[in-house]
Amino acid sequence: MIKKENLKIAIASGKGGTGKTLLSTNLAAFLSERESTLLVDLDVEEPNDSLFIKGNLIRKTEQHKMIPQWDESKCTLCGECTKNCKFHAVVQMGKFIAVFKELCHSCYACSELCPAKALPMHPYKMGETAEYSYNNLKLIESRLMIGEEQAVPLIHKTHKLVEENFSNSIFLLFDCPPGTSCPVIAATENADFVILVTEPTPFGLHDLKLAVETMRKLHKPIGVVINRSGIGNDDVENYCKTEQIDILTKIPFDKNIASCYSKGELVYNKLESVKHSLNEILDSLKNKIPCQSLQGFETLKGI
Amino acid sequence: MKEIVVLSGKGGTGKTSITASLAVLAGSEAVVADCDVDAANMHLLMQPDFAVASQFYSGELAEINQNICTQCGLCSNVCRFDAIPFQNNKYTVNPLACEGCGYCQKVCPTEAISMKKRKSGYVYISNTKVNSTMVHARLDIGAENSGKLVAKVKSKAKELAEHQNKYFVIVDGSPGIGCPVVSSLSGASYVVLVTEPTVSGLHDLERIYSVIKRFRIKAGCIINKHDINPQKTEEIIEFLNRENIVHLVSIPYDIAFTEAMTQAKTIVETSSRISQKLIDAWNKIKEEAAKN
Amino acid sequence: MRIAFTSTGKSWDSIIDSRFGRTEYIVIFDEETKTLELVDNSAVKNEAHGAGTATAQKMYEVKPDVLITGNGPGETAATALKNLNMKIYVDAHNLTLEQAYESYRNGALKEI
Repeated sequence: MIKKENLKIAIASGKGGTGKTLLSTNLAAFLSERESTLLVDLDVEEPNDSLFIKGNLIRKTEQHKMIPQWDESKCTLCGECTKNCKFHAVVQMGKFIAVFKELCHSCYACSELCPAKALPMHPYKMGETAEYSYNNLKLIESRLMIGEEQAVPLIHKTHKLVEENFSNSIFLLFDCPPGTSCPVIAATENADFVILVTEPTPFGLHDLKLAVETMRKLHKPIGVVINRSGIGNDDVENYCKTEQIDILTKIPFDKNIASCYSKGELVYNKLESVKHSLNEILDSLKNKIPCQSLQGFETLKGI
Repeated sequence: MKEIVVLSGKGGTGKTSITASLAVLAGSEAVVADCDVDAANMHLLMQPDFAVASQFYSGELAEINQNICTQCGLCSNVCRFDAIPFQNNKYTVNPLACEGCGYCQKVCPTEAISMKKRKSGYVYISNTKVNSTMVHARLDIGAENSGKLVAKVKSKAKELAEHQNKYFVIVDGSPGIGCPVVSSLSGASYVVLVTEPTVSGLHDLERIYSVIKRFRIKAGCIINKHDINPQKTEEIIEFLNRENIVHLVSIPYDIAFTEAMTQAKTIVETSSRISQKLIDAWNKIKEEAAKN
Repeated sequence: MRIAFTSTGKSWDSIIDSRFGRTEYIVIFDEETKTLELVDNSAVKNEAHGAGTATAQKMYEVKPDVLITGNGPGETAATALKNLNMKIYVDAHNLTLEQAYESYRNGALKEI
């Protein structure tokens, strides 16, 4: 059982466009009305939480990964480096050695195995992390540079930054990248609980199953939020029942949500139904996680 | 043969529903390729029979032969991905963390480490409900889409199209702008962009179009859910005009999409008003693709 | 002049491979000796990523004067090729190598 002051919740979904950002931003803003809350946008290829949480920019930090840099004066053009790079990130261009940063996995093999020590590792900017402040809510947003393809190193760096500087927040929410591949695994790594957002359609169900499979493999406790409830069918609900997965809440389908969302607005303080759903989530979480900070929300029950 | 690739940049724009609609309209005229393997959903609408399955390998994975390993720990030391922990009195490779760089293999003094091909999923060749052939894939958990997988799905689809004398290959492209997208695009005759008027929709559209432009491939655009934000829709149309992208059709937000999906149908198999819009779009796509 | 083609097959009447990085073969035609040289690039199929730079590396080994292809190299591959003194002609889609060579001679292909 988890017993600690702060609570780390990851918000994930098998596919894009199910309402992961909608839930993350609204839940974070709502929680921050009571306790200091941190929202971390780990959808580093397309981060967009900051479109909804319009806070003040506190600072931006460059994030680096280590890549080899060719030292012409030492190089004997033996060609070992191009053979040692499995990712074709090091190319011998005639009498030059070129390093393709986007393809480099920072494995150090070319650098440390170079007999002439002609490829020392240097930091290279792969992205940046911005910190925003909005009343009691802090937002951390990591963004990969355009053309960078590897999300995992930046996600790890972001986790580290959060651990070092923001462990005093009571609620830490992680908005994860979509899918079931390495970036999601990296993003949910520290979470005490994972909320999977889905929609009651065959697409939603199919992707939810994959996400559940992934989270079970990682031994994460999970709960499901059904967004756009009312459309589609009951298959998602039946699946959750059969698999004994709790449905934390159902956010009813409402065209107003889509319209607010398209303009970059938060909805929970405009639409009572959304606020109700957020309360339901907290009520369910309280029963699952013996975290004192959640108990503080008792008074909100029934609003 | 014409290869038509449908792309969107971000998820949730309705790309797959629209691609499946085009595939149904094309019927047996086309071979279908689902390259959106991270969220491979098209099979839910095309009802393929998974007739032929073959295992797919991508990248490599280190493997330690415990009989030869002397537990010197060098592999674990050089691994930058913490993929070789010492557990239960032995060094073992964590397959979720291993990136397949092969550094450990190079430094192992007793040659106890070998690089194995990493099994990453299945590629299927199926017959669909509209009597066409579909090539699709399923990734294992933790496995990533790659340029390699996309190339494989596409080349299989093309080969079958040639063999069956089909005029079209319809490709549901990969999301994002990375390697799989470049692989989705290369060799394409025409690109159909699916976007929606949201704050991130236009931004993603611009990013993806910069890749398409590089390959000089002609493109048309479908604006889905155009009525949720008329102002953004205007901005998208301005962008299309500026870049000479054909505005194929605007589709209103309609619950009918979901209703159809719930019955495992595409919208063009229902009596929805949107049906005709997609029929018009498909005719325009055929016309534009033929111009090349 | 040595002219390289990205090709789907091994012969003069094979069709151009529109792709650069993942081209099946590179066929080189030597205009002086009128001979064809074949580079099998099919192993690139096994590369999950980095096909563009892998094929670019091959081009440095064969050093042609001209490359005739379809879409043209992607951004990364184009950067990898820039130190190679090689002209690149594109849009030879669906042509045989022979037809593509004729088009190139007639100035019908676009140089990038």
